[in-house]
Amino acid sequence: MRFDKRPSPSRRAAAAVAAGTAAVLLAAACGDGRGGGGGDQEVVLEGVDDGAVLTMWTRAATEAQSQALVDAYNATHENQVELSVIPTDDYQTRVGTAAGNQELPDLFAIDVVFAPRFTSAGAYLDLTDRIDALDHADALAPSHIAVGTVDDRKYLVPHTLDLSVLFYNKDLYAQAGLDPEQPPTTLAEFADHARAVGELGDDVHGTFFGGNCGGCFLFTWWPSIWAEGAEVMNEDGTESLLDSPEAREVYAIWRGLVEDGAVAPGHAEEPGATWTGLFPEGNIGVMPMPSTMLGLMPEDLDMGVAPIPGPTGGQSTFVGGDSIGISANSEHPNQAWDFLRWTLEADTQIDLLAANGDVMARTDLADNEHYADNPNAVVMNDLVAIGRTPYSLHFGQTFNDPQGPWLPLVREAVYGDADADLSTLNDAITASLSG
Amino acid sequence: MRHSRTLAGAVYAAPVALFVLVFFVAPLLLVGRMSASDWPLLAGDLGVNFPANYASIGDNPLFWPAVGFTLKYTGIVVVILVGLSLGLALLVSGTRKGTGLLRTAYFLPTTLGLASASLLFFGFYSPAIGPLDPILQGLGITDEPISWLGTPNMALLSTVVLIVWKFAGFFMIILLVGLQSIPPDVYEAARLDGANRLQAFAHITLPLLRPALGLVLILSVTGSLLAFDQFFILTKGGPDNSTVTVVQLIYREAFQRFDLGAAAAVSVLVLAALLVVNIAQFRALRRDR
Repeated sequence: MRFDKRPSPSRRAAAAVAAGTAAVLLAAACGDGRGGGGGDQEVVLEGVDDGAVLTMWTRAATEAQSQALVDAYNATHENQVELSVIPTDDYQTRVGTAAGNQELPDLFAIDVVFAPRFTSAGAYLDLTDRIDALDHADALAPSHIAVGTVDDRKYLVPHTLDLSVLFYNKDLYAQAGLDPEQPPTTLAEFADHARAVGELGDDVHGTFFGGNCGGCFLFTWWPSIWAEGAEVMNEDGTESLLDSPEAREVYAIWRGLVEDGAVAPGHAEEPGATWTGLFPEGNIGVMPMPSTMLGLMPEDLDMGVAPIPGPTGGQSTFVGGDSIGISANSEHPNQAWDFLRWTLEADTQIDLLAANGDVMARTDLADNEHYADNPNAVVMNDLVAIGRTPYSLHFGQTFNDPQGPWLPLVREAVYGDADADLSTLNDAITASLSG
Repeated sequence: MRHSRTLAGAVYAAPVALFVLVFFVAPLLLVGRMSASDWPLLAGDLGVNFPANYASIGDNPLFWPAVGFTLKYTGIVVVILVGLSLGLALLVSGTRKGTGLLRTAYFLPTTLGLASASLLFFGFYSPAIGPLDPILQGLGITDEPISWLGTPNMALLSTVVLIVWKFAGFFMIILLVGLQSIPPDVYEAARLDGANRLQAFAHITLPLLRPALGLVLILSVTGSLLAFDQFFILTKGGPDNSTVTVVQLIYREAFQRFDLGAAAAVSVLVLAALLVVNIAQFRALRRDR
């Protein structure tokens, strides 16, 4: 409810609609509006460093890594990148509105799962020749490259990687009589460990998950489905396979943990804002979380990481994070490429990302001085090669949107009727995937 | 002479007319045009497709539940808000010691933005970081943590508490001004005629407070029908789509599904509905005056 006179978020839709309309009409009046973009300029494969000012957008969730890259680049180059950080929840909205109005910055990162929407709409410049000319083109995070490719044309390079991995608390493992050096290798074993830790009682709980957060569910649970050898969607991302026996087995294992009280309270309403906040406090035994959390762990927390297993074994990860590309209407595509090319160089990746315990955008640099005494980072980095990034044109509205059809399915599977028929809910996901 | 006066009038009115034209009429026409067009956010205007956007509103399985929920929420909020703010206004209308402090205390939440207030309450309600459950358990009032936003009814109740906390003070001020504009001699005359307090309230206070009450009603009904921020932040429409309001649907169509045409169609419907509600309210208020 709003009563003040300021333009309010509750009128955001209307305001943006009006602004969008005006801009589109203006663009129409000025011709096609897409002229003068980077596509017209001669391609310089190694990039150009001539003092151009480049604008760049990223979302708050991956700000730390982007800012470090930008600062280091600006300190050593003529070109200067001006980074704008946009709240994560608003990012798709802002980028979508800007794309509709031809107001995109020279460079913009995008949550990799939302990328197909923008690449296929022509928001990004075709980088195929530039990427293929890189010596280490084959070492770029393969699942990010695959999702950034449309009709064999490459539009995006990996920027900041965020993988789902199991974090486990070694102190609590020891207290619960578990071996702190033996993380679970099957999802069933994971559940046993969580129950064992949960029995310690008091404020200690076995595990946790964001039970009202579609993005949390898919990021942490889909790897178990992949690890079991099953798929979550068909290859084109147009048909949901999320009611497969393998998927149901994954849901059932987690459901068991809920029924046995091994999950910390608050999971059912956790909307995704605070779900990673519990583990660092030291009261959770084992739970899947984003790899970027590693650098945020308290010094005195004795913890380890492990790949997410399937119900009976295997391992996988959700290779999330941001990809980045050059906007189709950038005036400085060669200068922008100079920045992107530089971010992917071995020294940049090692000195800025590996040194910070982050996962690198390349798979060929794991043997470096920083990882030598950070075994947890090595575990995560090795997963990039086998991990998955799902592809769908309508990913956000289907899986991340709280009103999308994925959340009802997974919540029914975990909180609803134990024998519920998921096929109707799965059909709703398939319907949403096609638009 | 007359001609120049007319001209001068037009010149004086021109800035306002221009303002209304640019910031109200033009966007309104554009939204109307948009609602009749195939208009994806990323691709722009792809031409008129009337009435496809309107026809598909009913196909959206979230639409009717959202309408129902918005009405239910409005009903609950308006009854509580108007009742409570009237009570508060009566409480602080006197000149007893401490009323100034009370007025300030009740009004203070109004100075907060709704988004900030929603985030604040989100923190309070959070089982992970919120202080409510530890306090209640520490005092021995509850044994288990309460799931403040975990069930449809609790999510609605928790949001209503936020809104009442946030806005009761604002409406209290409006009603207070109304109360203070009632001349004291009216009450005196009533007292001389032997009216008791209840009779004075029913036959003097309420009728003379009518304009202020009307304003409070219109503002709270309109504001509640347009509810967005509080649910967007506190519940994101959950759990299980139980707290999706109509404006959230508009937001979803535009910025999750990237379909500006569909979003504009729902916006036009909401505008029409608000117009009807407001006209009805104004009519009801003017009657008998």
